[in-house]
Amino acid sequence: MVGTILFAIALLGLSALAAALLTRFDRASLTIGTTGSVIACVTGASGALASLVRRGSSALRGTWSLPLGEPHVAMDALSAFFLLCIFVVSGLAAVYASGYLPTYIGRRRLGPAVALFNLLVAAMAGLVIARDGILFLMNWEVMSFASFFLVTFENDREDVRRAGMSYLVASQFGVVFLFILFVLLGRSSGTYDFDRFAATGGLANACFLLAVVGFGSKAGFWPLHFWLPEAHPAAPSHVSALMSGVMIKLGIYGLLRTLTFLGPPAVWWSTVLLLLGAISGLAGIVHALAQRDLKRRLAYSSVENIGLIALGIGLGLLGQSRGNALVSFFGYSGALLHVLNHGLMKGLLFQGAGSVIHATGTRSLESLGGLYRKMPTTALSFLVGSVAISGLPPLNGFAGEWLIYVGAFHGAERLPTAGAVPALVALPVLALIGGLAAACFVATFGTVFLGLPRTEGVPRAHEAGLAMRSTMGIGSLLCVAIGLWPAGALRLVVPAVALVSEVPALASDATTPLFAISRAAFVLGLLVALLALLRRALLRGREVTQGVTWGCGYAAPDSRMQYTASSFVQPLLAPFAPITHVRVDEEGPSGYFPRDARYHEEIGDVGERFLVPGTRRVVHLLSQLRVIQQGRVQLYVVYIVATLVALLVFELMGAGK
Amino acid sequence: MADLLLHLALLLVVPPLLLGVIQKTKAWFAGRRGAPLLQPYFDLWKLLRKGAVYSRTTTWLFRAGPIVSLATALCAGLVLPLAAASSPLGFSGDVILFVGLLGLGRFFTMAAALDTGSSFEGMGASREAAFSAFAEPALLLCLAILCIPARSLSLGDALGALSSAPPGFSHPAYLAAALGLFAVLLAENSRIPVDDPTTHLELTMIHEGMVLDHGGPDLAFVLSGSAVKLFVVGALLVRVVLPPPAQSGLAGVGLLLVGQLGLAVGVGCVESMMARLRLPRVPQFLVGASVLAGIGLAALLYRGAP
Repeated sequence: MVGTILFAIALLGLSALAAALLTRFDRASLTIGTTGSVIACVTGASGALASLVRRGSSALRGTWSLPLGEPHVAMDALSAFFLLCIFVVSGLAAVYASGYLPTYIGRRRLGPAVALFNLLVAAMAGLVIARDGILFLMNWEVMSFASFFLVTFENDREDVRRAGMSYLVASQFGVVFLFILFVLLGRSSGTYDFDRFAATGGLANACFLLAVVGFGSKAGFWPLHFWLPEAHPAAPSHVSALMSGVMIKLGIYGLLRTLTFLGPPAVWWSTVLLLLGAISGLAGIVHALAQRDLKRRLAYSSVENIGLIALGIGLGLLGQSRGNALVSFFGYSGALLHVLNHGLMKGLLFQGAGSVIHATGTRSLESLGGLYRKMPTTALSFLVGSVAISGLPPLNGFAGEWLIYVGAFHGAERLPTAGAVPALVALPVLALIGGLAAACFVATFGTVFLGLPRTEGVPRAHEAGLAMRSTMGIGSLLCVAIGLWPAGALRLVVPAVALVSEVPALASDATTPLFAISRAAFVLGLLVALLALLRRALLRGREVTQGVTWGCGYAAPDSRMQYTASSFVQPLLAPFAPITHVRVDEEGPSGYFPRDARYHEEIGDVGERFLVPGTRRVVHLLSQLRVIQQGRVQLYVVYIVATLVALLVFELMGAGK
Repeated sequence: MADLLLHLALLLVVPPLLLGVIQKTKAWFAGRRGAPLLQPYFDLWKLLRKGAVYSRTTTWLFRAGPIVSLATALCAGLVLPLAAASSPLGFSGDVILFVGLLGLGRFFTMAAALDTGSSFEGMGASREAAFSAFAEPALLLCLAILCIPARSLSLGDALGALSSAPPGFSHPAYLAAALGLFAVLLAENSRIPVDDPTTHLELTMIHEGMVLDHGGPDLAFVLSGSAVKLFVVGALLVRVVLPPPAQSGLAGVGLLLVGQLGLAVGVGCVESMMARLRLPRVPQFLVGASVLAGIGLAALLYRGAP
């Protein structure tokens, strides 16, 4: 019930305070912060799970002396589902942090990082249960600022400071739209209480657009994603896991929550989200392929996955606006299941990336390689995450994408032509995204963990500590469990879907095939086991020798001759060259006795290309306002007097009426 | 039960024969007598009796690659109805599982290739990744052409809806689907004009490049995996072109086998008469297949279902 969640939030807040007070003692603050957040996350996750299973909802109203209404918190199925995602991913990230953060001891105080982490989790949980505009926005801002300070944890690095600023600007840009959204809704319904928010007609359209921009900038819809590939890699890895895993999903939560206020959706809303989803998905994965920094690649892949979620919501809206409950059910449930799945797998992948960076000191894909032997647990869980995020059976990513695919197929089959076309277009887009994602993650896993080390430092790598390994193990197990038993995971999603789309639960249409997926996974496992046994039986007693990799007769193979991450993705990226905006700086070998050659490639981002000049122009315009800022006290006194006189005149004229 | 056994028998026994037929056709075109039709079976038998050599660079993934690729191909074969109206693992939504299983097999083949640290195998994996990413939308669009008139997401229903129509093409969309599926079949099974299965020169190495380091039973698994994949994707195409009449029983099996052998001869003819495309052209070929399928879908939507 909501009391459990409030208890968890209070515990997070108190442990954050304690960690902040104990800043001088790194170990103590880390222990207290981790203990607090783990207990809070376990309590909160079980509370949310219980509420989802029992399908209950509960509310609590308080009083305060602030204007604009009373604080109101409640937990319905939508809140409970997002709370489950928040607490599971945060709990794992907190345990991971207890193994990851000690490397910073001596270089940096851990207290603030621990305290801010707990504060961030508390704000995310508070955001999801908030039921009035003021409380919601307060939590939203706490979340933004706590994550800003976490992103700039290593603030002695220039690139981290720049990433932090870009993040701060983006989140404040987004929140402006949210302020307008809530003011509009509040004015039309006379209160800031979510229960009484309602909008129709033009107001609903305006609110929808405001929500798409405001929440979309947090979620990372293209082209509002520009901060994401900067900020997520700059943060320490457990924070990246939390931000990519759940924080950006709160943009999705906000969008879904807003949709509950707006009544029946207009047809064009679905077009907007399908378009945004397709563009974010494709552009996200293409740019992910183009990256050579492990964490940047993962961050761009988050943009792709947000695109998949938006496609799901778009299909949900399509079904809703065209009156087909089946399409909307599959669209929304796919989107929500993918929220949970992506939280788990992106958490897992960022934690794996953190362990690699921790062990080797580099995040460049071009220098890594051959880490499987050094860090088998990390490698295995990274493999699980890679297969899952590629949407391949039998892991959880497939289950979520399967629902979205089925929604699109149903839309193409059952809607009139005008509605079938967008659903049909979604199909090849989903397939292309899936194919590119598989290529991206097989390349990532392959270049980091397989083959031979590409640079000197890598051979000295070591496996991550117990805390880090165990969280990655639990994360992998959860991915596998949802993949093998998707019908169980769907049961958590259905109550939340019922809140958004007001359709009678058609869950049986989905659960029977999901059980069939489990059956197919079982058969696949059986086949693999049988073939493995066959291979073992065949090789028993025969000569099995070890040798070097066959080099087509070349006698002195070298680890630098391996295919690199960039060469792997070259044929994939070639057809997408117009959108990746590659800057090449090249000096080829020349002359009869060529000496040095140079090749440097930088991948830009089309979003950046348009946003940076646009922002410059706005800044230039606004700088004209400096005319009134002369820095002299006398002048400011004049301003004050002038304002007062103007107000006085205004009031007198009003009174005269 | 009898259906299941027949299904398994078809899936396990027939596939290498298709490779033999393709090779025989190519030999006939070249004016050679060629290897015996059953040569692929002899090759498999020889490989299964051998030992193995593994590179010191490799991990268990290298050994898992062939196993997973064969297992996923077999599993995809169990999802697809072959001669009967339904399949052992079919359900509503199995079209997506079918595509996903082929993707999983490819993922592990590519991982196994990267595991060796060889630049040749990396090159093969990279090209495989690129081409399959472009083949996937085409395959899905072709499947959509089959599913939409049947108003069902199961391959059994979609292919079953065809059998009520007279054999051949009752609607232009099916022609588009068949051509699209043929292009996907060539790409998925590393055939000319996408890849050349008979060489592993750098210029052509895609699938063959990826499996350079495999030997013995592992190579046998790789070969039979690609044969099963050819058979499975081929069976899908054959059932579109030659839909078996309902309740046909053994006649359906006969129709499938005739269709498959004809398809193998067709692939052999294409391989003998065409040159491999330049690598940058391959994505265009596959996007062309997608566009064709898209036109078929448009015909389906605007002219109405058959």
